[in-house]
Amino acid sequence: MRGRYILPAMPLAATWLKPTSKGLYCEPGDFYIDPAWPAPRAVITHGHGDHARANNKHVLGTPETLAIMQDRFGDAAGGSLQALTYGEAVELGGVRVRLVPAGHVLGSAQVVLEHQGTRIVVSGDYKRRPDPTCPPFEPQPCDVFVTEATFGLPVFRHPPDAQEIGRLLHSLRLFPERCHVVGVYALGKCQRLLALLRRAGYAEPVFIHGALQSMCAVYERFGVALGPLLPASGALRGDLAGRLVLAPPSAISDLWSRRLPDPVIAMASGWMRVKQRAKQRGVELPLVSSDHADWDELTGTMAELGADEIWVTHGAEEALIREASLKGLKARGLSLAGFEDEAE
Amino acid sequence: MNGFAALLDALLFTPARLGKLRLMSEYFAATPDPERGWALAALTGELAFAEVKPAQIRDLVLSRVDAELFGWSYDFVGDLAETVSLIWPARPGANQVPALSEIIAELAAATRASAAARLERWLDALDPTGRWALLKLVTGGLRVGVSARLAKTALAERAQMPLDEIEALWHGLAPPYAELFAWLEGRGPRPEIAGKPTFHPLMLAQALEEGDLDALNAAAYRAEWKWDGIRVQLVARGGEMRLYSRSGDDISAAFPDILAAMAGEVVLDGELLVLRDGEVMSFNDLQQRLNRKIPSAKMLQDYPAWVRLYDLLEEEGADLRPLPFDERRRRLERWYAAAPRRRMDVSPLIRFAHWDELRALRDGARARGIEGLMLKRGDAPYLPGRPKGPWFKWKRGALTVDTVLMYAQRGHGKRSSFYSDYTFGAWRGGALVPVGKAYSGFTDAELKRLDRWVRDNTVERYGPVREVAPGLVLEIAFDSVHRSTRHKSGLAMRFPRVHRIRWDKPAAEADTVEALERLVT
Repeated sequence: MRGRYILPAMPLAATWLKPTSKGLYCEPGDFYIDPAWPAPRAVITHGHGDHARANNKHVLGTPETLAIMQDRFGDAAGGSLQALTYGEAVELGGVRVRLVPAGHVLGSAQVVLEHQGTRIVVSGDYKRRPDPTCPPFEPQPCDVFVTEATFGLPVFRHPPDAQEIGRLLHSLRLFPERCHVVGVYALGKCQRLLALLRRAGYAEPVFIHGALQSMCAVYERFGVALGPLLPASGALRGDLAGRLVLAPPSAISDLWSRRLPDPVIAMASGWMRVKQRAKQRGVELPLVSSDHADWDELTGTMAELGADEIWVTHGAEEALIREASLKGLKARGLSLAGFEDEAE
Repeated sequence: MNGFAALLDALLFTPARLGKLRLMSEYFAATPDPERGWALAALTGELAFAEVKPAQIRDLVLSRVDAELFGWSYDFVGDLAETVSLIWPARPGANQVPALSEIIAELAAATRASAAARLERWLDALDPTGRWALLKLVTGGLRVGVSARLAKTALAERAQMPLDEIEALWHGLAPPYAELFAWLEGRGPRPEIAGKPTFHPLMLAQALEEGDLDALNAAAYRAEWKWDGIRVQLVARGGEMRLYSRSGDDISAAFPDILAAMAGEVVLDGELLVLRDGEVMSFNDLQQRLNRKIPSAKMLQDYPAWVRLYDLLEEEGADLRPLPFDERRRRLERWYAAAPRRRMDVSPLIRFAHWDELRALRDGARARGIEGLMLKRGDAPYLPGRPKGPWFKWKRGALTVDTVLMYAQRGHGKRSSFYSDYTFGAWRGGALVPVGKAYSGFTDAELKRLDRWVRDNTVERYGPVREVAPGLVLEIAFDSVHRSTRHKSGLAMRFPRVHRIRWDKPAAEADTVEALERLVT
């Protein structure tokens, strides 16, 4: 394969970026991208647990991602932390490394690698629709595009955010005596949902589970306004009727939720698209909202970037590879270990 | 169609009755005629058109989507209608979103083949939820946990009208029910149904509690057998015949043998049974017939239906319901004696002087394959609903068996944080075999303790289900047990519920599958 974006083209990308049991390894730069086990040198795309792990010796990431890791892991966030703002470049063993917005969560980045005339872009997790809590995905023309495939099936087409927020607000009006509890991931979904609700004009205080508090504080520190928040744990049962409560997915239908008055159990996730999945979790109000690219975004991005080769990782790899071949694109699966199928 | 689709979607996910009622009520208030009337017809199962077959839908989608991509998607989603609704490639602005009334009108005029062609056009115009609702509609099964009765209840509550009023009118009306809505909203007169074979809401009995008998005067009551079938109403009016279930569902098509035996101008109340050589067969036999919307000739021969008559509600246009039971009974016997019907007889009265005589008969009911006894006041009129006092049902005692808790599943709604649905098993060889499921029979305090026990004794988790170590004995009460090919144990229980939680009893001492088999009827 010849690189088209940097001159002159020389070695095959696969010879210097390799899928290993620990994660993607860049040989000349001697670093891993989102390693599954502690590595001497790690480049981290974003703060979710299956991408950012504790105890790497040296960590490179955006300032936001490093702050998120410090919030989560404290001193175990890494031996030394090196911040790289969006667009800034650094040289590691002859490899030029840049972090470019991925539009997934606060601080999320694509890793752009340039070496000996070839450009590889590792998308990390990404999405293409606007998100008030982070800058949008910036497409980078490249020779090799390493894409995520969490929602890599053509049944996943996320509806517009406004529609799902509208359904939540409608339910709040229809059941004013009940409390609405929405299951959200602590990093990203929680804050995006809050920001979208505020945009839709919902100005009431939102009660949040203790596990969500510190990440909301990180977002606010980086200038993302979330409106009035109150701790759910200190609230009296009676005060929660008619209110909105956000909690981690594990808490919404378990022991914790028993303190809530007759809750409508909602969950905000791309997986809510499949009714049986939602029903199985006991969800009464499934909100189809995701921080990952849906099928149209995944396939549209593949076509837009025009990479010579597409590597597909974590998710429904087969379908995306099939789609690429139908479109005349060259694609293969990486089967990297350590990524949770269900994670969002 | 979008409003109807959103309603179906919300109904599917809302477990509580109250929530479902509010959703329907809001829809009926916000939706104009005739759209809401067709929605009501769909919810109450009153629509009739040539249903589209799953194979036609599959062909349709494969003409638009790569077969391999469809295959992976179907594997993941697991439901054809839902997979197609999600994978269908959008054609924005392709067609105007069709109204539900438009869809139904076109389907009624279409053949099975031409329906599929229309389907493609509608699929292009709708969003995923709309496509899902459309596919459920055209394949003939909404399955959103709403019975016809619940939909009518939503109408009744919205109009603050008794449900019986709507049920009495129901079968004299036809979709899209514009005159019904007009009446319910105070904009029009009560719809005229005289001469139409409508349903008369049933009078139901209260369960007799321990000690109730002491307060009752034996001389004022009549006793009948409580046959183990289903309550039905036979209506013959203006040359038209109908057979209704106790909730007012029209089940005429499933029982052509009964319909053929009806004549005259009467409304009768009775028990639907399967009788062979004059002998009442088990409920399981009746179930074979109830499972078929239209029975085969072989079905009709193997499971001949019969109605054992309890009451006469209308004769030659005269409403007999205000008359006392004794008088209605006299007229029923006279009517039957004048022209005995095939496939029908009159349920006999049981003569008794003291409650003790009945007590002995009730104790022997199980041996005779009878569900129990009915007590009816001789001077009581026929009142729809479940009035307190005039009628009592006195069921035979339940059977019980000691089983071992095997799996627990989270409940729904208020119980969604509790493991409240229990699968229990009996011993066969050295292993436990599941024999049934129970969701009731325990107090809230017991539920809390059961939930804690399940969490503390989990050995494996499968989504919302936990497998537990065999260590807790549940004494299960049930009405009867039958052979069934649908269950691994080969057995199916009727009305199983938790009778006692035997915290004290070792699991090894629970009953065997063999012991349960001995109770099969």
